[in-house]
Amino acid sequence: MDRITINYTLAYAINYIMADQYYDPKDLRKFGKITEWSEELGTKFFDYYGKVFEEGALTAREKSLIALAVAHTEQCPYCIDAYTKDGLQKGITKEEMMEAVHVGAAIKSGATLVHGVMMMNKVNKLDG
Amino acid sequence: MGATKSLKKSENELADANRQLEILSNGIFQNGELPTFAKKIKETNQFPLRPRKLEILQINVGYMCNQVCDHCHVDAGPDRKEIMTWETMELCLDVIRNTGAHTLDLTGGAPEMNPHFRRFVEEASKAGIKDFIVRSNLTIIRANKKYYDLPEFFKKHNVHVISSMPHWTKGKTDKQRGDGVFDKSIKALQELNAVGYGMPDSDLRLDLVYNPSGAFLPGDQASMEKDFKKALMEDFGIQFHNLFAITNLPIARFLDYLIASENYEDYMYQLVEAYNPMAVANVMCTNTISISWDGWLYDCDFNQMLGLKVNSKIKHISEYNEEVLNNRDIVISQHCYGCTAGAGSSCQGTVA
Repeated sequence: MDRITINYTLAYAINYIMADQYYDPKDLRKFGKITEWSEELGTKFFDYYGKVFEEGALTAREKSLIALAVAHTEQCPYCIDAYTKDGLQKGITKEEMMEAVHVGAAIKSGATLVHGVMMMNKVNKLDG
Repeated sequence: MGATKSLKKSENELADANRQLEILSNGIFQNGELPTFAKKIKETNQFPLRPRKLEILQINVGYMCNQVCDHCHVDAGPDRKEIMTWETMELCLDVIRNTGAHTLDLTGGAPEMNPHFRRFVEEASKAGIKDFIVRSNLTIIRANKKYYDLPEFFKKHNVHVISSMPHWTKGKTDKQRGDGVFDKSIKALQELNAVGYGMPDSDLRLDLVYNPSGAFLPGDQASMEKDFKKALMEDFGIQFHNLFAITNLPIARFLDYLIASENYEDYMYQLVEAYNPMAVANVMCTNTISISWDGWLYDCDFNQMLGLKVNSKIKHISEYNEEVLNNRDIVISQHCYGCTAGAGSSCQGTVA
């Protein structure tokens, strides 16, 4: 196969795979359209969402880092895309972003591990 | 690794302004996926875009620069030889003495590298313009000992210094502007502070310009200013007055970067989605005339780089007439979305 044929084949394969994916990065741009099928609830959600991220007792920068950490614990590709970009826009460094991700990861693993106490309690009760 | 040569020197196809305009009009704008800028401003009855009162004369005294920044819209660098002659400067001085504009804004390249720069500043400062800006890249002050006295020179002529600073960390700054730029910029800022620039109550104005280091839009200007002030004071004892957050326009080296990194379409989506009609009303081409090193007139520095001269029968500084020039339609293309995204963007920061 020549180079052009390979490129066409690859492009076709990528399109085919993308059409079969649950997640498409372009869908993030359509998020606002959620409102079209339920205007009242959609509008209320976006108003609330906008208000949450306004500067308050926490800075918009702090909120962005919290959102990034939660985006990872929720494993939401759209949110990771959005809040990585948001962090860059706010001048947040990659070191700060990675620390936030580790905070999320630590809580997530801690939340798993702390349930080990339940297991210990049960063992102690049944076989102690 | 940053650029070492201009697009022009590298014979990159994007050195041709017509090729850039072609890219900006084709693809997603041609197939209707995104509206053209003209179509967008028609929606809010802002077409054709017309000037307000002229407030700023921006003169580009040459494209030569000691730096080769990744996202430079001028495609400036040491290999650019376009430099304003003294004859053209004299024509500019005639205009400066008679203009109704309150601000004179010298830019480049590194304007200080023009051999007539100091003579021009001395003459221009006599014209009594209220705000006399020089856009200094900072590193030029440390580039050669013949420039070491620039802070004193600026002070003597009450020049308002505006300088680029992409981030308060070394890594992000050097990535965009070249190795060693951060350290030299810090030293230059300290020297400007030492002669009184940027102090809270000082009339010697020192402002910084922030533009993003990649394919994303700038954040809130006031928040960024707070972060910059805190970091530069804590780490280096540096003070400055205001921070201007400027959006990278998709032209020249930044357009090359967007295409090479496969971010072009996504970036154009970001710009169009962030379109703010309030910013259109105050966009800088409505109160500015941009003059190129060879005396041609443009609506802004970006149009200058795209070779889009003013749509007026007056096109050159030699025939300058403010009244005639003010009666023109502003030339637009899709790059204009860069000035109308979010809170808007201009050489003086946000506009909405």
